Amino acid sequence: MPQPRTIIEKVWDAHVVKEEPGAPTLIYIDLHLVHEVTSPQAFEGLRERGLKVRRPDLTFGTTDHSTPTTPRSLPIADPVARTQVEQFEKNCREFGIPHFGFHSDGQGIVHVIGPENGLTQPGMTVVCGDSHTATHGAFGALAFGIGTSQVEHVLATQCLLQRKPKAYKVEVTGRLKPGVTAKDIILALIAKIGVGGGTGCVFEYCGPAIRALSMEERMTVCNMSIEAGARAGLIAPDETTFEYLHGRRFAPKGADWDAAVERWKKLPTDEGAAYDKQTSIDADALEPMITYGTNPGMGIPITAPVPSPEEVGDLLERDSLKKALEYMALEPGRPLLGRPIDVVFIGSCTNSRMADLRAAAEVLKGRKVAPNVRCLVVPGSQPIKRQAEAEGLDRIFKDAGAEWREAGCSMCIAMNGDQLNPGQYAVSTSNRNFEGRQGKGGRTFLASPLTAAAAAVAGKIADPRELL
Amino acid sequence: MKKFETFSSRLVPLPVDNIDTDQIIPARFLKTISKAGLGDQLFYDWRYDAEGNPKPDFILNQPRAKGAAILLAGDNFGCGSSREHAPWALTQFGFRAVISTSFADIFKGNALKNSLLPIEVPAEIHAELFQKVDENPDYEVTVDLARQKLVLAGGREVHFDVDPFAKQCMLEGIDEIGWILKHEDDIRAYEAAHPAPINTLAG
Repeated sequence: MPQPRTIIEKVWDAHVVKEEPGAPTLIYIDLHLVHEVTSPQAFEGLRERGLKVRRPDLTFGTTDHSTPTTPRSLPIADPVARTQVEQFEKNCREFGIPHFGFHSDGQGIVHVIGPENGLTQPGMTVVCGDSHTATHGAFGALAFGIGTSQVEHVLATQCLLQRKPKAYKVEVTGRLKPGVTAKDIILALIAKIGVGGGTGCVFEYCGPAIRALSMEERMTVCNMSIEAGARAGLIAPDETTFEYLHGRRFAPKGADWDAAVERWKKLPTDEGAAYDKQTSIDADALEPMITYGTNPGMGIPITAPVPSPEEVGDLLERDSLKKALEYMALEPGRPLLGRPIDVVFIGSCTNSRMADLRAAAEVLKGRKVAPNVRCLVVPGSQPIKRQAEAEGLDRIFKDAGAEWREAGCSMCIAMNGDQLNPGQYAVSTSNRNFEGRQGKGGRTFLASPLTAAAAAVAGKIADPRELL
Repeated sequence: MKKFETFSSRLVPLPVDNIDTDQIIPARFLKTISKAGLGDQLFYDWRYDAEGNPKPDFILNQPRAKGAAILLAGDNFGCGSSREHAPWALTQFGFRAVISTSFADIFKGNALKNSLLPIEVPAEIHAELFQKVDENPDYEVTVDLARQKLVLAGGREVHFDVDPFAKQCMLEGIDEIGWILKHEDDIRAYEAAHPAPINTLAG
């Protein structure tokens, strides 16, 4: 009997190129996604060393971070961003990398376009110079973010030096109640184990509540693995995965498809395989979650009060909470419900797919965005934008008084013109509430698309369950 | 990469847990296509006011930070994004090591590739170092990577772990890419045995 293995070990083992004493393992990368922000210095490195891209056929590029979400008929107003986007398109052309440029009808957020085009497949190793590469783990791929030096390594060699990660089992039992979503599962996990809880590990999400999720919802969960410190998080593939992938542009076709599905069915963790760590979340007990502080681990159920620093034992931790509440200008001990807000952002690689837009539209349909609120709805890709328009969602958003914008990272990263003003409060479906993340001095509450849309209507933090 | 040599330095204390890469260098400075000039943007929003003037109470603006090469930070340093601009900014400012109780994975990997040594110490040593620099801003320690020791004033030595391969690369000033490129035969053999699951040039 071979040793039972987790899906993490199976994918790892299948990609070992070389193991040598004293060195990390050399592993092969099946898919390398590149974008304009973390690649320019890597391409420059290739030029300096006289190297070419080893496997342009395993590489794909898109523009997303520094691209404005204003109408595409307008030029990129920021000259620094324009130069970066133009340099990226030039680099891709020079090194023969297929890509979606700023004006492409396929353009979108890197972690949206990979799955959308069937590039991300079960059992693959996927990397990108972006920490939210964990998203692709939803397909049972080992997918993680890398720095620019490693972007250069993969461009040049299609390989990376890596230490084998620890396996961390995250079991989500029970069933989500109405108004509670995939975003609430992941925010609850991060609140439970903290922003460093998964350091050195890869999560495997499992259990009935995970199995019941659609692929888009699974992507939301895996996306924020990094916010708990895990470089990757994955979900074993099943019929939901295969159904999503079938017929997509880069998915296998015909007999190749059947063979691929047979291979993919062998990926799930073997009975009796050992994990290094484990935890569980009870979906039955979950409420809509929202963050109150300046890291994604500072999250609470929407009806709960903001924690008090006095209740924290560790000194440095107490100071950090105090500092966070000062930055957020929040009083401890009081609930967030009813607190007025200025901006609602619905978008980002966490929550900009069709299911997210449909959820937001469900709340906004026939209602109005409160007059004190600016509400931005930003689809994850151009195909999503077209699909949403075909379904009439854009009309629902516009009729409600929300802005319907072009695809991109937008206000999640605030380096493209979409940003908060100092002091503003936003309910955001993105992934990070760090100080200044959405604009210098801006204050972020992370939540699901339902909770964000409910806040847009109420003009203050509101429980979405009351609007469903 | 420059060879990493033993050095002594004052510590710059930044007693905040979970310092994320958006604080180390805000995203709006990532529109650059080069590595130059990032040291001036290090901790920008903590370091400068709305008008761009240095905030005198922020530690990096104080005389004790001048010439110091070690940052002493709270738990879980470098969480958040994968931006290598974070270690680029830290090294350009003059830092050669960061001391914490723990580091985020991607930051740690990026730091090691840029000759910036992440030093993990036990919580009690961490607390002691903060206390020492509080009492004496000129308190110095020595970083000896070859022996994996942090040498405190008075000669007491604290061991730290470091990936042996990264350590060798840092001590010899070698980039990993050269090592990987030497394995061309292994890579080719792997490719021959494993047909690619996709072709981004077709489809």
